[in-house]
Amino acid sequence: MTTVTLARALNEGLRRALEDDPKVLIMGEDVGKLGGVFRITDGLQKDFGESRVVDTPLAESGIVGTAIGLALRGYRPVCEIQFDGFVYPAFNQIVSQLAKMRYRSRGHVTLPVVIRIPFGGGIGAVEHHSESPEALFAHTAGLRVVACSGGADAFTMIQQAIRSDDPVIFFEPKRRYWEKADIDTSVSPADALPLDVARTVAAGSDLTLLAYGPMVKVGLGAAAAAREEGRSIEVIDLRSLSPLDMTTIAASVRRTGRCVVAHEAPTSSGLGAEIAARVTEECFYALEAPVLRVGGFPTPYPPSRLEEHYLPDLDRVLDAVDRAFGY
Amino acid sequence: MSVDTGGSPAAREVMPPSGPETPTRPITPSGPANPGSPGPASAGTAAPPLASAPAAAAGLPPEAGTPEELIQLLTPEGQRVDHPDYPLDIPADELRGLYRDLVLVRRLDTEAIALQRQGELGIWASLLGQEAAQIGSGRALQPQDMAFPTYREHGVAWCRGVDPLKLLELFRGVSHGGWDPDEHKFHLYTIVIGNQTLHAAGYAMGIQRDGATGDGGEAVIAYFGDGATSQGDVNESFIWASVFNAPVVFFCQNNQWAISEPLERQSRIPLYQRARGFGFPGLRVDGNDVLACLAVTRAALRAAREGQGPTMIEAFTYRMGAHTTTDDPTRYRLASDLEAWKLRDPIERVKAYLVRSGAAGTGFFDEVDAEADRLGGWLREACRAMPDPSPLSAFEHVYAGPHPVIDAEREAYAAYLDSFDDSGPGGPGGPGPAEAASVPSAAQARGTGGFERTGEAQ
Repeated sequence: MTTVTLARALNEGLRRALEDDPKVLIMGEDVGKLGGVFRITDGLQKDFGESRVVDTPLAESGIVGTAIGLALRGYRPVCEIQFDGFVYPAFNQIVSQLAKMRYRSRGHVTLPVVIRIPFGGGIGAVEHHSESPEALFAHTAGLRVVACSGGADAFTMIQQAIRSDDPVIFFEPKRRYWEKADIDTSVSPADALPLDVARTVAAGSDLTLLAYGPMVKVGLGAAAAAREEGRSIEVIDLRSLSPLDMTTIAASVRRTGRCVVAHEAPTSSGLGAEIAARVTEECFYALEAPVLRVGGFPTPYPPSRLEEHYLPDLDRVLDAVDRAFGY
Repeated sequence: MSVDTGGSPAAREVMPPSGPETPTRPITPSGPANPGSPGPASAGTAAPPLASAPAAAAGLPPEAGTPEELIQLLTPEGQRVDHPDYPLDIPADELRGLYRDLVLVRRLDTEAIALQRQGELGIWASLLGQEAAQIGSGRALQPQDMAFPTYREHGVAWCRGVDPLKLLELFRGVSHGGWDPDEHKFHLYTIVIGNQTLHAAGYAMGIQRDGATGDGGEAVIAYFGDGATSQGDVNESFIWASVFNAPVVFFCQNNQWAISEPLERQSRIPLYQRARGFGFPGLRVDGNDVLACLAVTRAALRAAREGQGPTMIEAFTYRMGAHTTTDDPTRYRLASDLEAWKLRDPIERVKAYLVRSGAAGTGFFDEVDAEADRLGGWLREACRAMPDPSPLSAFEHVYAGPHPVIDAEREAYAAYLDSFDDSGPGGPGGPGPAEAASVPSAAQARGTGGFERTGEAQ
């Protein structure tokens, strides 16, 4: 066990993937000498060379489009998109090509491409640096979409994503990059919890709180606060946003009878809406209250001086919990 | 402002002089007026092209460029001409082979258009007029080379050994392509304009990492059209290929039209001159001259293999048909242009040369025509016999690994289909009245039969 930041855990995971498979490449803007703007790829170019850790021209569509070409050639590229709001120039390559090529080829083509995206707000950044675009990708067939919440999981999750034969959009909670956790670097990705399985991070019996990425920590805080009020909240870290682990989710909600979904993204047409629909379909007779959502406003991400209002915090999560108990 | 054309001396002469122009001022053409060109550029109108060469290469319109600019080895009259940079000594059997390719892919195209008109295909993108560009470049490829096509490269697909029925499958709506790109070293058709050029650049970077360049090594060719040169992806692929010196040839078939938009809407300079701005050579070839396309592509692929980086080839040609079978080109272009281009037919000139050089006689041409007839008959028959895919195949090959959401929905849809009784009065595959009554909305949504009944009732 070592105690490292989430950024370091990801770095160690990437290093392990580069060591394990010579076909793994890292590509993106500033990922080489600089080590990425968040230093996630720090030191990797020095150790693995410029042809495996590639500083690319500054064009996101080009990064993903050439990664597809490299994958067609048998490589396993890991692309870094510098910030969430910069992924849209690559959106067409991701949606029209990366997600659909296997289907188009009737299974002949395999594209093991990982696209890492630091996402979410809370760092006081300027526009386009705090977004949560995961629903756009979860809505796209052919992609796997995951979000890590902390270092212990991220170390193996990034390796599992790289080993996946499907394209993976890998969301990293940027405001948690500097938070420390104990990681066990002896764990093999093959032995770790599979990428598409949710993890129950706090057991409870009265309400199921579903969260992912940066909101898992908020959810755990809310559960602790609720416990003081005598409410037992089960917190589940979804980890996989597409596909959703409905087995774990539904089993929990059937026990608790109440469900709140929390994410930073706008609730309108967001992932919470999909989860609410599925929970309602699968657990209708077990529900004591409608599935409630707490998330960002149906607005563009606001200037950072307003982000504490936009981002769901402990109190807003607890407010939703209170409402769930009001039925 | 200094303008470096990067073109031939002849092209440079017609460029605007360097002078005290401000960067924001539109560049105005100098030199001989381009016949029929619009007046000075203003908002919403097409700016005239910058280069309008006075002396065109043999048999081509002035905008095709001077003989120095445009590489030609076989004139529209079937006259063999030499080019100092592209000597080509082609054996008679290879020449006959090219003729056969040209004739057969034109027949494939003709049959496909007819099949669309008969309702057997949903749509077809015709290659008519572009046979030489596709066969010349396609036959320049070595077996190990990789090609990235648009959706119109039926001639290149032919050269790469892709079953023509696979192409018909796509346009019939039976599949999205579905051939194995690795087996043929021919990627899937790409429909979103220009996307494949980045895949080609990335693939070429993979060749570099595999150390597979050099003598007997691999190269990549990326196909795209004149319209695609306006796409960001194409420009990004030029940058990637250039800065990484990737072994890729950018083969642009300038067929003058992007559906209804003429070349002037895409570019103010000849397209091949764009390459210079990206730092690699660009050249223009008579795209209706199969020999020139072959020689130029071979040379560019060789340069790529040898580590000299990318080349852009602009094959100057003309889309003789509609953009696709849904298009009506009489709404936007002149019949006289088409007539002029008919005189530059890519097949007739090869036939004339074969006859003139004594490399082929009537027997050979009759044999190729008979082969084309056999191909046509087979295509018609096989296309009509092509079965629809099974409904549940829609759920296949979305992911490599298991996916619970898809599995669940496939099972649910299978159960839904099974709920209809094949032995009922509705007949196989359709709901009978009993089922229709019990699940009216489903029955109505299920097919034309249910829908029509609903319509009558109203």
